[in-house]
Amino acid sequence: MNKPLLEIKGLRKQYGAVEVLKGVDCTMTQGEVISIIGSSGSGKTTMLRCINMLEEFQGGQILLDGEAIGYEEHPSGRRRKSEKEVARQRALTGMAFQQFNLFPHMSAAQNVMLGLVKVKKMGRDEARTLAEQWLGRVGLAARADHYPGQLSGGQQQRVAIARAIAMNPKLMLFDEVTSALDPELVGEVLQVIKGLAAEGMSMLLVTHEMRFAYEVSSRVIFMNKGVIGEEGDPKEMFVRPRTERLAEFLKTSSFQ
Amino acid sequence: MLDLSVFNDLSLFANEIWIARYALLRGLGVTLSISALAIVAGSVLGVGVALGLVYGPRVVRATIRVYVDIVRGTPVLVLVLASYYIFSTVGLDLGPFQAGVLALAVFCSSHVGEIVRGALQAIPPGQTEAAKAIGLTFGQTFSSVLWPQALRQILPTWVNTAAEMVKASTLLSVIGVAELLLRTQEIISRNFLSLHFYFLAGFLYFLINFGIERLGKYVERKTAVPS
Repeated sequence: MNKPLLEIKGLRKQYGAVEVLKGVDCTMTQGEVISIIGSSGSGKTTMLRCINMLEEFQGGQILLDGEAIGYEEHPSGRRRKSEKEVARQRALTGMAFQQFNLFPHMSAAQNVMLGLVKVKKMGRDEARTLAEQWLGRVGLAARADHYPGQLSGGQQQRVAIARAIAMNPKLMLFDEVTSALDPELVGEVLQVIKGLAAEGMSMLLVTHEMRFAYEVSSRVIFMNKGVIGEEGDPKEMFVRPRTERLAEFLKTSSFQ
Repeated sequence: MLDLSVFNDLSLFANEIWIARYALLRGLGVTLSISALAIVAGSVLGVGVALGLVYGPRVVRATIRVYVDIVRGTPVLVLVLASYYIFSTVGLDLGPFQAGVLALAVFCSSHVGEIVRGALQAIPPGQTEAAKAIGLTFGQTFSSVLWPQALRQILPTWVNTAAEMVKASTLLSVIGVAELLLRTQEIISRNFLSLHFYFLAGFLYFLINFGIERLGKYVERKTAVPS
């Protein structure tokens, strides 16, 4: 059995009095592609955002390649790691957002280069070469010097994915990356993700694209009210849901 | 009938300008230095004010908020007089030029502070999140992602404030700083060509501000993001 890439143990997160994650346990091995599905408010995006510390969490532990993310245990209790250390850990994962979040004042290539130059301390020429390489991989070699405002939503999202992947993360996090796209642009983005999955990139995807989750994932996690409601092989789960909640959810979602 | 004969003797006016040329140039020089110093110091201070307002802990935010509200609610002339007289009563003799520049810089900082705060807060939170997600520290996020976007946003308003500072520099004549307006008044008291020389002073102020405005437009064009 492989050493797990990601281990989440008893993850708890609350906003004020509202508990969003009520003890999530999950293990993921290298090369797995896991889709997280569930209705809105079930905590799936929050869980993803805890993994790279975009959200602070109050209980439990997240281990990435054996390394505790965000907090360390002390005899006196758990303590948040320094901002610098958290920044270093964030670079271990890559993230693509629903709203792309490209930097509008930078060209596509500059968007990809920023992390390489500032975080990986790469020279500009080397970073430029790598950026062009990755933009080529997502089919945007010809758009390297275009600015986000000059690109379609699908193209922006592909640049955003290239920006994250170029950092060579151990794990890619996709947060509803097709939800803000026009229907005809969804395909080009999913195609890129499929390509990455085929190459063995470890990925966690929060998605509403049930058909895509079915096709691409090695495992599906169904989040329900802050806990994992059900998980397993999509071929099995989508056809024969074990819980009533999942059966209901699948009925209301677009998957048939 | 309006008497326009004052404009007939232009050669007399030209001659008086020639006589007063050094006084005028010195006045212009002083006005330019007051404005430049106040704008630069005020802007630097203003960025600090904005950083405190946006990212500071609660105590810092509250303190700076009081500072900004008091300064913005006070007439500039009152600030100039206060700066000149209050410091001297506590034994700190700044001299009119320094006291005046300090007052203008403080005034400028409160306005720039508000402009920059607004621009920083208008940047979508997703920008910071994306920067964090690729591992940038806060300092790197600010200098590479937030500041360049805020700068483009504040430029037009900042040009406005800079022009206001040039105009406000005339108030230093009240505490005896020999800037362009005070020099002009001295010249007029010698030759009584008040209409001519006030017009000339007004024209020079216009030139300075026109220059600032053109410079602002130029930088705006240069830094515009293609879309």
